[in-house]
Amino acid sequence: MGSTMLPYSRLHGVLLLGVAVLGLGWIVLTRAPADQPQGGPPPAPREGFRAPDFTLQTLDGRSVTLSALRGKVVLLNFWATWCSPCKAEMPALQRVYADEESRGLVVLAVTVERDAAAIDAFARQYGLTFTILRDPQAKVSVAYRVQGTPTTFFIDRRGIIRSVVVGGPMSEGLIRSKVEPLLQETP
Amino acid sequence: MLPAVHLGPLMLQLPGLALLAGLWLALEASSRQAARVRLSGETVTNLVFWALLGGVVAARLGYALRFPGAFLKAPLSLLALNPQTLDVGGGVLGGLLVAWAYGQRKGLPLRPTLDALAPGLVVFALFVGIAHVLSGDAYGAPTRLPWGISLWGAKRHPTQFYEVGLTAGALGVLWRQARAPRGDGTLFLWAVGLLAAVRLFVEAFRGDSVTVLGGVRVVQVLAWLVLLGTVWLYPFWRRKPPPSSPRPHA
Repeated sequence: MGSTMLPYSRLHGVLLLGVAVLGLGWIVLTRAPADQPQGGPPPAPREGFRAPDFTLQTLDGRSVTLSALRGKVVLLNFWATWCSPCKAEMPALQRVYADEESRGLVVLAVTVERDAAAIDAFARQYGLTFTILRDPQAKVSVAYRVQGTPTTFFIDRRGIIRSVVVGGPMSEGLIRSKVEPLLQETP
Repeated sequence: MLPAVHLGPLMLQLPGLALLAGLWLALEASSRQAARVRLSGETVTNLVFWALLGGVVAARLGYALRFPGAFLKAPLSLLALNPQTLDVGGGVLGGLLVAWAYGQRKGLPLRPTLDALAPGLVVFALFVGIAHVLSGDAYGAPTRLPWGISLWGAKRHPTQFYEVGLTAGALGVLWRQARAPRGDGTLFLWAVGLLAAVRLFVEAFRGDSVTVLGGVRVVQVLAWLVLLGTVWLYPFWRRKPPPSSPRPHA
């Protein structure tokens, strides 16, 4: 009685077996290569790749090089004084920075604006204590393929970009949820 | 790759727009298919709407549960318009639960409803591929093949284009199947099986696969199991049910 109820034909059996064998063979045949390129992933502005290195100057003329910050968690934020979402997310960025600086968080806020006085006034207005960098020739913005502000890169202690947030404003919860796992990783 | 365009001060993120367009066209396709399987297009559209709503809420709660410390310090972030704070697994589970509850409430028959959703599923998958083309996500492994594209610091397999081309092919196959249904639920099995086959194939060329056990790609294994499941189930669902009275949502 049971056999008459089965809806299978020989063709279905062959098809099922074929899919099983061919699929498994394809999976085994196309395994990902185990070898990683020497020196880790190449530099590129996206998740899983090494953050492109740069050196920029702060408002008071001090040079900051990204690769010198290995061992720290770096939040790299591209912003502008005229950008409304940037303004909206600045207080959250400042709060997270104030809370987590001692655990190794560095915030680098990069702007292409040339008017140093306007940038300084903005920083004072929002009470920003993290590092603000000037990129007047937009070289770093181009290297990071920034299409608009705000754009934020979360970089781990090894210099690998772990997530990218395009647009904003970022909520404080979002910033903390991206930063916390990176801070927990050992240097 | 073209992740964004500027309209004055506005930055439009094209991958997001592609997903929205895909959702709209998917709903349209499913609404039309609903009529073919004697269901109300409006009811099927509402089913998707409520599932999406439930999915988004569940995805946000799921994300907050993964990072409770972050959201306890800033609880208003639960309401923020940040798509980055959504948990996919939680969203899928929540969406399915809401869809199930809605279907129960409206008395929707399972297999015909799945058939109605099938074209929309593949249409949306096609636009996910287009979103990948625009964003550069789901990128390929490095290659020396002449059709490789320069992306993220290397010449790579254009996996985004493989994905779009094959999914478009899957849509064509499904289109033919939709004209000659072979039993309730079989169109859905075709859709899921085809998408699983596309994923099984394309994943082999991806440069961002999650791997286990010496390089085995997790997504390929999952796609293989799903494909096997659809092939196994097909004969059971292919048998046409006995003639019945008109459906309540005809």
